[in-house]
Amino acid sequence: MNDIAIELKGIDKRFGLVHANKDINMRVRKGTIHGIIGENGAGKSTLMSILYGFYQADAGDIFVDGKKIVIRDPNAAIAAGIGMVHQHFMLVENFTVLENIMLGAEESQVLNAGIAKARDELRRLEHEYELEVDPDAVIEELPVGLQQRVEILKALYRGADILILDEPTGVLTPAEADHLFRILEQLKSQGKTILLITHKLREIMAVTDEVSVMRRGEMVATRTTAETSVGELAELMVGRHVLLQVDKGPATPGEVLLSVENLSVRDRRGVEMVKNVSFDLRAGEIVGIAGVAGNGQSELLQAISGIRRAVSGKVLLQGEPIHVTGTADPSELRHRGLAHVPEDRQQMGLVLKFDESENSILGYHDDPKYLNGVFLNIDAIRKDATDKIDKYDIRPPNPRLKTANFSGGNQQKIVLAREMERDPAVLVIGQPTRGVDVGAIEFIHKRIIEMRDAGKAVLLVSVELDEIRSLSDRVLVMFDGRIVGERAPDAGEGELGLLMAGVEDSKEAAQ
Amino acid sequence: MEYFDTLIVILQSTVRVSVPLILAALAGLYSERAGIFDIGLEGKMLAAAFAGGAAAAVTGSALTGLGAAVLVSVCLALVHGFASITQRGNQIVSGVAINFIALGATVILGQAWFRQGGRTPQLSGDARFTTVELPFAAEIADIPVLGSIYSDLLSGHFLLTYLAFMMIPFTWWVLYRTRFGLRLRAVGENPGAVDTAGISVTWMRYRAVICCGILCGIAGAYLSMAMTAGFVKGMTAGKGFIALAALIFAKWKPVNVMFACLLFGFLDAMSIRMQGNELPIIGVVPVQFMQALPYLLTVILLAGFIGKAIPPRAGGVPYVKER
Amino acid sequence: MSVPYAKLPAWVDYGLIPLINLIVAFLVAGLVVLAVGESPLRAASLLIEGAFGYGEGIGFTLYYATNFIFTGLAVAVAFHCGLFNIGGEGQAYVAGLGVALPCLWLDQFAPWYIVFPAAILGAAMVGGFWAMIPGWLQAKRGSHVVITTIMFNFIASSLMVYVLVDVLKPAGSMAPQTRAFAEGGQLPRLDWLLASVGLDIGGAPFNMSFLLALVAAFVVWVVIWRTKLGYEIRTMGHSPTAAAYAGIRQSRIIVITMIMSGALAGMMALNPIMGDQHRMQLDFVAGAGFVGIAVALMGRSHPVGIIPAAILFGMLYQGGAEISFEMPQISRDMITIIQGLVILFAGALENMFRPAITAFFATLGGAGSDKPLPAAE
Repeated sequence: MNDIAIELKGIDKRFGLVHANKDINMRVRKGTIHGIIGENGAGKSTLMSILYGFYQADAGDIFVDGKKIVIRDPNAAIAAGIGMVHQHFMLVENFTVLENIMLGAEESQVLNAGIAKARDELRRLEHEYELEVDPDAVIEELPVGLQQRVEILKALYRGADILILDEPTGVLTPAEADHLFRILEQLKSQGKTILLITHKLREIMAVTDEVSVMRRGEMVATRTTAETSVGELAELMVGRHVLLQVDKGPATPGEVLLSVENLSVRDRRGVEMVKNVSFDLRAGEIVGIAGVAGNGQSELLQAISGIRRAVSGKVLLQGEPIHVTGTADPSELRHRGLAHVPEDRQQMGLVLKFDESENSILGYHDDPKYLNGVFLNIDAIRKDATDKIDKYDIRPPNPRLKTANFSGGNQQKIVLAREMERDPAVLVIGQPTRGVDVGAIEFIHKRIIEMRDAGKAVLLVSVELDEIRSLSDRVLVMFDGRIVGERAPDAGEGELGLLMAGVEDSKEAAQ
Repeated sequence: MEYFDTLIVILQSTVRVSVPLILAALAGLYSERAGIFDIGLEGKMLAAAFAGGAAAAVTGSALTGLGAAVLVSVCLALVHGFASITQRGNQIVSGVAINFIALGATVILGQAWFRQGGRTPQLSGDARFTTVELPFAAEIADIPVLGSIYSDLLSGHFLLTYLAFMMIPFTWWVLYRTRFGLRLRAVGENPGAVDTAGISVTWMRYRAVICCGILCGIAGAYLSMAMTAGFVKGMTAGKGFIALAALIFAKWKPVNVMFACLLFGFLDAMSIRMQGNELPIIGVVPVQFMQALPYLLTVILLAGFIGKAIPPRAGGVPYVKER
Repeated sequence: MSVPYAKLPAWVDYGLIPLINLIVAFLVAGLVVLAVGESPLRAASLLIEGAFGYGEGIGFTLYYATNFIFTGLAVAVAFHCGLFNIGGEGQAYVAGLGVALPCLWLDQFAPWYIVFPAAILGAAMVGGFWAMIPGWLQAKRGSHVVITTIMFNFIASSLMVYVLVDVLKPAGSMAPQTRAFAEGGQLPRLDWLLASVGLDIGGAPFNMSFLLALVAAFVVWVVIWRTKLGYEIRTMGHSPTAAAYAGIRQSRIIVITMIMSGALAGMMALNPIMGDQHRMQLDFVAGAGFVGIAVALMGRSHPVGIIPAAILFGMLYQGGAEISFEMPQISRDMITIIQGLVILFAGALENMFRPAITAFFATLGGAGSDKPLPAAE
């Protein structure tokens, strides 16, 4: 019994109408890396936040080292030896590494005494776990990988024996992720227990000893990693055979509709995120851009759709230049036949407080068919929205309902209906199925392929490699702001993975 | 020598008018560095000035007056805290509300209790703060320049004046050298980091608004019990907003706050002094221009034409745990 | 993102909750009345009697309400764009110039119906200009419009003192005000309007600008909810990122909204200057710009809510004056307190009673027709 570090019994949690965790039971053995896998929204993060005292469970018990404890707040979790590395780092950006590590564990009212001690302790931890970082560096000047290291150090500094990592690789390059896994192995060999939350099967198979699978708030299975397979886990996650091979015929690419030449884009902080990118997109094909999140895909999408100004480069839409370094603006591009389904539908693609019909014209609100002079033609707008609701099976079918009250999948359908029904020449789509239920995913994939078959040019950006592979006719891999290679969609996962990790592409180099 | 004496007089009144600005701006600093914007400094100061004047008049004790001033100001700060921290309301709206409540209540209650048209009775004797002479002020007053700086400029102020100036290094120390300060700054930048470190965001922010209340209380007491001898209707006359401007002008840093307040105080002292007088080279400057200058300067600074004022990142945003 | 509150019927959201907030504000105000030794009930009846009991009272109530409709609309328009314009006071004050100057130039030759449009234009332009600067600074330089508009209130105040004392004051006069306007600078009173329902407004300065305020309210409704510009303003207000995605030019919208807001605040100056005093005096705005904040919050930024809210505050101003005759303890400053309390309860604490009310409606449970909606993932 003593080799169980954590045991959860009957954990239950609701947020309003959402039943996030349903009667969860789970055991984590000491000194192991235990994975928790599930789709977005399966309840993994909620469960871990309960374990860390960030939320309180409505029912259920938590045992640490065989003792039942009540975790009312993160303090109690820390006292029980639990540390957590959050998906979004909980760091004060303009503080130094040392200040961040001390925060909440200062030891005395006046800082001076604690600082020297913290410095020593930090040095010891750095050596013990090979986690070098300059204690006087300011967080916002550190790369993401190092920021994450600070988060791990924070937990260790507080004496954590059990470390929870929530989607730790979402922001990392594959190389950084591998480094992280080495650190985790190191921690494990020192007797720490690690809980790794992820939705990536590859990571589970690579580093965990055991794995628990969650689906729609329920714990559906626990397996020994060595005795399971990617197929089995995927099936458990989704609850049925994953049918990612979408029905589609061969592509018949036509003329070039979108041509990107030497495009460079900076992000808000002035960091160059897209570096000299060039590619062509033809009528009747889907080009997928694969890559780890944060390698410039978002900035690329925003520059092409006119939301973010490019630093240099040229973009031709149906042969005519777009002024991407200057005056290009999204409404002009829409008029010229470029539709854009943005990555972040809740912040960007929709105004959640608007009713459905108001969102169905967002971006096209200057179209004369919705207007009487400067006035909105409410009847025309509602009629148009109702048509789209029918065609895309948006539920509930009420154009006057506030958009926030639709589910994620239906919200995405509102955006898709708006963009696709304009009959654009070029469709640019970011993360089409993020946070969308399985049924809607199939519908959305079908619609995208229909667009291709109707002779549209589709540019697809997704961090889900499976989605890219099953939808695309060509795959471009983006790493560190560059297109590092082009592959056919049936290229091996390993081959694409290496490209996504930035490993030099021998074929390209040979050319 | 005549210019020098004039200068000493102007500087002396600069110090006098800067004191409430410094205290109120520091009050705002504690609150805003913790992420709670406060445009209700004016109201808290006014209510404190009234409470201080009233309590001192009734009890005849300046210290009781000070206590009452601080108490009332802290209560209003807690209302602001309740609205912005617990209820996650709009902090600007809450600040505006407090200003109006204070503006109206001081007059209504003052009239009801003292029947002097909203004034509190004239304070005298122990009911009012007295000035203190620094040691040897009289003895060395005759030494040219230094003597007059020491005895006329540095000596002869209220204890609260010295307290206000001591609050500057003290606040710096608290902010950058104590656990409380570290947490306070953190909660204004990223409350999530504070929460996950096992510290209550709510309690931290409440403590910050209480600090704000205490300092506004002292500022108010200074107005009605030191600078003048009793409360007068609307006596803060926009000082809370000047303090707010000074705080922004100082980019939310304690030592800068002192310089900003002295600068704005100096402009105020000059405008009183210069009324109708001609300046060399420039000629007559309308006194209203001098009065508007602090606000103009703050607008120009905020617009980034001279440097850039970046407010605390989590400022004005109620903390909600992420899902 | 905050956890969305469970859905309540619209009448609860837009009717019951604001009403409860308002009642609480008045209950607290009643405690203050009690504290100064008067009866809140008697004060309330004096208030209503003073404001609505006779023609002249109603005239005054509507006169004050006119000011607050303008300033309330000004705050509301900015709210829709996600901007908090605290500068209505200063905008209205400076806009006095836009009213007074046409009057001073034209009043001797032209009738009011020529001067009035010129003054409307002047007020809107000057008020709009005074708000445009903070708007532009927000849009282009990122300075927070709240702070800038506060600063502009003080700058306006200094500017107007200078103008009235040093520029516009007639030679030989002591009072810091312009000369009195001739007939062309005086707006006709609306005595006939109340006379039509059998009321005599006596000396109340209830005038043409009330009708202008009603027109403004209608125009604001049309612009915000029924035009492309309004759609863009609301998009900006709810989600600046969505606005960027939609190709809405944000700085343009911010500046236009602030100009509209300032123009509305500016038109308030017509009422006291041309409608009542027939000259421009020091401090003629008298806090109406700030009352606008309370009015907009209470009226939920909708003209249909703003008009009754403005009349409520008009009632407080007029009835408050009546109370102070009968109850010397309770001066006009009581209104300032109520104004603060309304802003506090209807604004900063607007959701305080929501959980309890939601729970109450939840216990009514099955009886309600609102099915629980599928929750967002």
